[in-house]
Amino acid sequence: MRYLDEKAIENIAIGAAFLGTGGGGDPYIGKLMALSSIKQNGPVRLYSVDEIEDEDFFIPAAMMGAPSVLVEKFPKGDEFVKVFQKLAKYLGKETIAGTYPMEAGGVNSMIPIVVAAQLNLPLIDCDGMGRAFPELQMVTFHLDGISATPMAITDEKGNIGIFETIDNKWTERLARTATVEMGASALVSLYPTTGAQLKQSGVHHIITLSEKIGEIISSKAKDAKDKLQELLKIVSGYELFQGKIVDVIRETKGGFNFGKMNLEGIEANKTEHMKVYFQNENLVAEKNDSVVAMTPDLICLVDYETLLPVTTEALKYGKRVRVVGLPANEKWRNEKGIETVGPKYFGYDYDYVPIEELVKKVVVEHV
Amino acid sequence: MYKIGIDVGGTNTDAIILDENRNLVHSVKSPTSLDIKTGIETSLKAVLNESNIDRTKITHAMLGTTQCTNAIVERKKLARVGVIRLGYPATASVLPYTAWPEDMVEKLSGNYALVHGGYEYDGQLLGELDEAELKTLLTEWQDKVESIAIVGVFSSIKNDQELRVRDLIHEVYGEEFPVSCSFLIGSVGLIERENATILNAALCKVIETTTEGFIRALEEEGITNAEVFLCQNDGTLMSIDYAKQFPILTIACGPTNSIRGASYLAQIKNTIVLDVGGTTSDIGVLQDGFPRESSVAVEVGGIRTNFRMPDIISIGLGGGSIVRTDHGKITVGPDSVGYKIGQEALVFGGNTLTATDIAVRLGMADIGDKSLVAHIDEEFAQKVQVEICSIIEQAIEKMKTSSEDVSLVLVGGGSIIVPNAISGISNIVKTENGGVANAIGASISQISGQYEQIYIYAKEPREKSLKDAEEKAVKQAVLAGAVPDTIELVEVEETPLAYHPENATRLRVKVVGKME
Repeated sequence: MRYLDEKAIENIAIGAAFLGTGGGGDPYIGKLMALSSIKQNGPVRLYSVDEIEDEDFFIPAAMMGAPSVLVEKFPKGDEFVKVFQKLAKYLGKETIAGTYPMEAGGVNSMIPIVVAAQLNLPLIDCDGMGRAFPELQMVTFHLDGISATPMAITDEKGNIGIFETIDNKWTERLARTATVEMGASALVSLYPTTGAQLKQSGVHHIITLSEKIGEIISSKAKDAKDKLQELLKIVSGYELFQGKIVDVIRETKGGFNFGKMNLEGIEANKTEHMKVYFQNENLVAEKNDSVVAMTPDLICLVDYETLLPVTTEALKYGKRVRVVGLPANEKWRNEKGIETVGPKYFGYDYDYVPIEELVKKVVVEHV
Repeated sequence: MYKIGIDVGGTNTDAIILDENRNLVHSVKSPTSLDIKTGIETSLKAVLNESNIDRTKITHAMLGTTQCTNAIVERKKLARVGVIRLGYPATASVLPYTAWPEDMVEKLSGNYALVHGGYEYDGQLLGELDEAELKTLLTEWQDKVESIAIVGVFSSIKNDQELRVRDLIHEVYGEEFPVSCSFLIGSVGLIERENATILNAALCKVIETTTEGFIRALEEEGITNAEVFLCQNDGTLMSIDYAKQFPILTIACGPTNSIRGASYLAQIKNTIVLDVGGTTSDIGVLQDGFPRESSVAVEVGGIRTNFRMPDIISIGLGGGSIVRTDHGKITVGPDSVGYKIGQEALVFGGNTLTATDIAVRLGMADIGDKSLVAHIDEEFAQKVQVEICSIIEQAIEKMKTSSEDVSLVLVGGGSIIVPNAISGISNIVKTENGGVANAIGASISQISGQYEQIYIYAKEPREKSLKDAEEKAVKQAVLAGAVPDTIELVEVEETPLAYHPENATRLRVKVVGKME
């Protein structure tokens, strides 16, 4: 167990935005919420999964809805007090032993910190993605057959709904409707899990990893090259491209931001080009027309100089970036994982090939 | 008929006089004084005495000043602000003044209240106003605050609650009490809009002394018939009454005036302007003669805000930038010999190699003693030139919105260091009188009005929504002093909101008209 202070939260916000691969919206308001909550309630206790009891009961906390609404109407802060009590009672549990994030990225890496501070609950160092994805069933718990429901949804007014659904498609449909009625922004808690399930099916040490990434990026002592090397080392990643954004095409469909950006090579990649496709998150990267990384592996854009993560909303002509590729958590790299979040699910006609092999292939081609 | 324009810069306060055909009659420069006011008076006196024009024929006087910016940066003369946020119980997780510098909160008294009220994203009621709650608050704040900022959740969609609270404050504290409503100041994004509104409220005393001081200075010089205006940061003017309501809009009017003045002199309305000084250069984009607005949150005095600001970037490159070689790698700037260039640059007999020395060595400029740089290896000088070129190209790339080549207007004292060809630039236009471009920018300004709201086209058709927004913008322009017949629509921006079920669009329109 260790405590998360202000500095830790600043770094987690940066690291989670990096792992968010462009999605999750502006993490600024989430960070302010987390900083305010520890100012009022004191630092949050972070436990690794090795430190929790198998039979204890844990509930994640997340935000659902439009990031553009969240920047105007954000939560009261104590919404989860009642939700956790209700959900525990519904499930016949005496107490909740802790909370954890559903995903790394944007505001949802910060909400569990607010909840842990408000309720004086332990925060568990694990999530259900190891990155960010756009849909409710895209979590590692789903791969192991853990049910998303009973799920609780609440708003700042005090309304609470509990859903029990026949499948996850219905969870998404009903929750989406309730979210809109609650003002297009709601707080949700789904995939209630035991300690044993977190150990078995969660992506471990994700908060600590986010913090380390944030620490490296925000360190003022080193130059960009050294920082990048250190960063690639801890995430086993590759620098795929150094480029300048020359074109961004966006389309909003069914509540998601779809799009494509073209990058023109600079410095090490002069005369080359890259295309990155996204649906909220970056999903496929093609260098000189051959694919070099694809979902569920992570495709992260960072500022060329500062290495600060670049979100999908902040893409614009002329921005100089580095494209970094990271292998996804092993839990995604199997048949059911690829079926749930692989390139074909998102409509790209590629058979999934791990980034390690793609990078090798490209290197060989160049030789 | 004459117009007089004054622009307060970091180093100099410029004053110019234009005739009715906008020809430059006379211009002067005098050092900007610590109190700013004295510098304005000195320049005004000098330009009038030297030009010897008939003072009764001055019809307009415009001032572009940094007094509000300085007050925020120096934390001086700021009012004690009470913040009323309408939205409880929503938004309680981040309270007003969160993430503000502590010394600033102390200066502003730090009083705030989160009360019932606010709207949802689609205009439905989030909470009803509780007038008893507000009256109790106002009784409590009597003598504690000098100005009030009102911020309602989604007030940009429905503003009636903010207006009702403003009336209530006037009922209790009197009509003259300064009140700032957030829907008139910032865009969507509660924290950033709230911060901008608080800053605006805090400037109510500074703007009072600024405007009164300028009017008195004019009167002392015998100018009593002129219409008096203040410059705002979108390149348009505001009347004194309007300025008193929106002092924050004077922030960054200087760089705006400078790039607008430059484009006026070059007679190009759509262009990129590069203003090269001694230490830094500013780059701005003009669209139809007006500066492009920044689309991201902007920090003012360490406080994150989202009010309208020009999209201008500053780079550490100027005439005095120091040239160095480090392990074979050439660097230029960001440090500079600054105002000491006359002693420290090689061409002036100094010992420091600067960007200006390189320009003289390559024959791009003839200043100082060129024999003092003749020893510099030409190949080396050319390499430095390539580095300067790449710094400029990268900065310009950041400001462009597409890969097409654009024209560039070049102004400023340091502009001799800029090479004749820059990739991505179709042609470079250099202007005369570029030295007083800012004061010219101040005196050619028109008057604008702006309105922003989220519309649902399914309920209110696009045409009708556009008309509604335009009418509200025209109202703003008239309030600011524009002649109704001359007002025209210059900008429409529509942003579809993702996730919204009913095709909601954030619509922003801007109109511009001539002054009376």
